[in-house]
Amino acid sequence: MEQQLSPAAIDEPAARGAVVAPPGVVARTVHGLNRYLREVGALLWKDLLIELRTRDAFVSMLVFGVLSLTVFNFAFELRADSVALVAPGVLWVAILFAGTLGLGRSFSHERERGSMEGLLLCPVDRSSIYVAKLLANIVFIVAAEVVLVPVFGSFFDVSILKPGIVAVIILGTIGFAAVGTVFAAMAVNTRAREVMLPILLLPILLPLIIASVKATGLLIDGEPWSATWAWVNLLIVFDVVYLVVSFLVFEYVIEDWG
Amino acid sequence: MTIDGGVGPVPAVKLEGVGKRFGRTNALRGIDLEVWPGERLAVFGPNGSGKTTLLRILAGLTRPSQGSVSIDGLEYRNNGRSLRRRIGVVAHHPYLYEDLTAEENLQFYGRMFGLAEIQPRVDDVLRRVGMERRRRDRVRTLSRGMQQRLAIARAILHDPDLLLLDEPDTGLDQEMSARIGEFLEDERGRRRTVVLTTHNLRLGVEHCDRFMILARGRAAYQGRNDGRDLAQLEELYWRHGAAA
Repeated sequence: MEQQLSPAAIDEPAARGAVVAPPGVVARTVHGLNRYLREVGALLWKDLLIELRTRDAFVSMLVFGVLSLTVFNFAFELRADSVALVAPGVLWVAILFAGTLGLGRSFSHERERGSMEGLLLCPVDRSSIYVAKLLANIVFIVAAEVVLVPVFGSFFDVSILKPGIVAVIILGTIGFAAVGTVFAAMAVNTRAREVMLPILLLPILLPLIIASVKATGLLIDGEPWSATWAWVNLLIVFDVVYLVVSFLVFEYVIEDWG
Repeated sequence: MTIDGGVGPVPAVKLEGVGKRFGRTNALRGIDLEVWPGERLAVFGPNGSGKTTLLRILAGLTRPSQGSVSIDGLEYRNNGRSLRRRIGVVAHHPYLYEDLTAEENLQFYGRMFGLAEIQPRVDDVLRRVGMERRRRDRVRTLSRGMQQRLAIARAILHDPDLLLLDEPDTGLDQEMSARIGEFLEDERGRRRTVVLTTHNLRLGVEHCDRFMILARGRAAYQGRNDGRDLAQLEELYWRHGAAA
């Protein structure tokens, strides 16, 4: 057999003509997983480095989120007994709207310079692009939440830094980013992309929004963690379903990119 | 080059009856083509003749509406990952990230192509395109010509068997165009298969072994260079391409 593969010392046993991993399914799986994780790591490194230099997504999310909370703070003059009724909704509206702004920018570097085609020309699993973008979006949204949540707590005089509330925010953020990353990839190639993303995304997120707001409200009200279990279950199911579905469909979303 | 089992030589690129429709428009019609390992093919044709579509199909970025495409005897359907490893592409977009430096862009693509020793390879390709001194500059600070050179470095980073160049000299000044010619001449010694689309007939006649002239999505002419001069190629081009 004389099969000429790219000779540039490619880090793959078959390509180098060397036996590195022992034979067998487990070895192939471990090697494949390592390679996949390296691809995700490279993509994530690239997105985080670019964001660190430009701060495009973080600054826009942060400014929009703080402005939203400020407007709500003046719009609602809340008494102590009505805080639990309104405050969770305010928090999640600020997170979702600010996050949507950040998601809308998550593929802008790929679109503006045609770099998505550059990624599609690489011998990588398409889903690794999704996983890296998802992780980057979660990092950016959580970074914004680290500022927004304390600001919300001080504006509305709510003790928000409880483990239960943090867990609900993290679960909500994962589901939000899971769906948002796929829809951002779809919307970025449309003419009205700034409008298209929230139009596509928010209806799909309704179960997540309801569960997050309800669970956060119960926890702010001082209810025990067990009282929120039904809503937290819904959040977990939403996260799992949309993580799996998004992972599977992403390849088709970017198939005819450009 | 042979395929599994040493059946015999296979073309580096083979197209049979390839067509591509975009809605009601036929971008390509019935293209048959064979390019042999180490050959350099220049594809000429007026704007809208299907040159870029042809290269996108060869790169696996666009699926043909009809016909079959094979690279080194393999089709994209079951060998996409393996084939992408063998192909380098320089397109209209440089596929570079503006907020990363030249070196960081190449390191990133090196990781994406799974290169074992990335830094020596990055140093090597930066040297080849004459960009060592600008390696730490962000891409957004580079001129169009510099970005194009970096795009070439990106395309050859993984030492592909097949290099696809889509109008690599468009928008470049005379000096930069000459550098593209030098690069193509340098490639001659490396036995890499090159498919080049260009409006620059001189680039094709001086550096390529074969020509293809596309007109309205059809292969209006295919032939070997056989020592033609620019005037002869111009005559061919006007007869088959521009006049179609």
